[in-house]
Amino acid sequence: MADATGLKVRDEVLSIEQIEAREKDRRSRQKAYDRVSAVVYPVATLAAAILLWEVGVRAFKVPPFLAPPPSMLVGTFVEHSNLILYNTWRTTIEILLGYFASILIGVPLAFGIFMWPSFARTVLPLLISSQAIPKVAIAPLLLVWFGFGLFPKVLVAFLIAFFPVVISTAVGLSSIEPEKIYLARSMGLSATATFFKIRLPNALPSIFAGLKISITLAVVGAVVGEFVGGEAGLGYMLMVANGSMDTPLLFAGLIALTVQGVVLYALVEWAEYLAIPRRNNAAAAALQSVAG
Amino acid sequence: MAHLDSAQYDTQTGALGASPHDDEPYLEFRELSKIYAADDGPVRALDAVSIAQRKREFLSILGPSGCGKSTLLMIAAGLSPASHGLVAVQGERVIKPRTDVGIVFQNPVLLEWRTALGNVMLQAEARKLDRAAAEKRAYELLDSVGLKGFEHKYPDQLSGGMRQRVSICRALIHNPPQLLMDEPFGALDALTRDQLVLDIQRIWNEARMTVLFITHSVAEAVFLSDRVIVMTPRPGRIDRIIDIDLPRPRTLAMRETPEFARYNREILDLLLARGVLREH
Repeated sequence: MADATGLKVRDEVLSIEQIEAREKDRRSRQKAYDRVSAVVYPVATLAAAILLWEVGVRAFKVPPFLAPPPSMLVGTFVEHSNLILYNTWRTTIEILLGYFASILIGVPLAFGIFMWPSFARTVLPLLISSQAIPKVAIAPLLLVWFGFGLFPKVLVAFLIAFFPVVISTAVGLSSIEPEKIYLARSMGLSATATFFKIRLPNALPSIFAGLKISITLAVVGAVVGEFVGGEAGLGYMLMVANGSMDTPLLFAGLIALTVQGVVLYALVEWAEYLAIPRRNNAAAAALQSVAG
Repeated sequence: MAHLDSAQYDTQTGALGASPHDDEPYLEFRELSKIYAADDGPVRALDAVSIAQRKREFLSILGPSGCGKSTLLMIAAGLSPASHGLVAVQGERVIKPRTDVGIVFQNPVLLEWRTALGNVMLQAEARKLDRAAAEKRAYELLDSVGLKGFEHKYPDQLSGGMRQRVSICRALIHNPPQLLMDEPFGALDALTRDQLVLDIQRIWNEARMTVLFITHSVAEAVFLSDRVIVMTPRPGRIDRIIDIDLPRPRTLAMRETPEFARYNREILDLLLARGVLREH
């Protein structure tokens, strides 16, 4: 069909209300699709990868000591469930102790750096050069000093994790529009109240950015500690499995470490959501727009 | 704004009502200078500025960028010390940040994690005002600037003009005797500016506070002010003080009148003579 101007027109003629309803419907369907696809896509990809792995290993008859098929790993998990759970538990303790120590020491240190410039000048160069030392390299020294117990692993986790906490907290506290502080002063807000009502909430997004990096680093730190001198934990289990060429157990350990890391990261994200629901929404929206 | 019709406007021109107390200055700058230390030597931002603002007067400071007009506002708020000279409010010297003011900056400076209402209430919380009463007033203020229904929106859900309105409400909730505004409409589009200029005129007329208004817009200064102080380029000195003798309430149509144009012309001529503007 064509009208007088020669332009094509639709057969159906919709009222403006009908078009509005159609657009609204389209938008809500788009939103529902976005929500579902955010879960379905990664899960489907993972499932496909596992399937490919299974089929590949069987088709090319790869021996299990090189690459065990996923179906075999299920058996390994069931068989060694107690061992894996116990070692996961040990490693989790080390990670969390190291992580909380990095917060308990890192945040006040950052506060000091923010408050006293001369303190910052003293501490920052040392802090930054200390980051140049590979933690794997000093782990043996820690073993010599502190033995095989829990403490050296916690210490390695702490040493790796605390730097991002310090830097992101110090940056968060310092980066604020000066007008916000002027306003607070014109309102007669005390220094303490200004800190807790304005400066700290203003710094939270930056602080959590550091906390999220730190939790993944704490996992690395604990495993490095166990590699060097462990008697328990997932890192130790990996070393033992490696020594006895038990590749299925090695894979099981890696999967347990991955799950552990993801769960811990998700917990920190959840804490961030509780602390700053708005910012998290904004960040999620930004991520969504990148994905879309 | 609906309020514009109902508000009872003072038909007298100027802020000088019949009250006899209005002779003594409310805010006074005396021989005020400000010198900044910069990398390439000291910079004189303000040079011997003396201004006496009457109570309830709407006074605009107009000048090119870098003439120290924002510095003047910071000094008036007690947020920045003068290098020389003094500031006094009702005869008392300002030596620490003033809390008897409401400040509106060029940027809204809202806290992103608080709603529009929460941002307005920050002022009330800081001053430990009665919560219920302050909240009632916050709702009224937001309503009066056309933000009814947006009270629980966050800054990132509001337009630039709406955010600036929230910041104006925050500056008003404690009924300050003085409002300090630093190019409050500088970052807004022309229509939003027109609306906010009308809003400010109404608010000033209703609350009758003393307003110090920093601007680089000639039309805004003439429209709103009882007096306009034109500053010279750096170092900032007072160039001319112009009384704006136009009836109130001023309307948008009044901008087309010969009287209004004459004031515009006078200021423009001054800016041309000083080389701030150049006609080729």
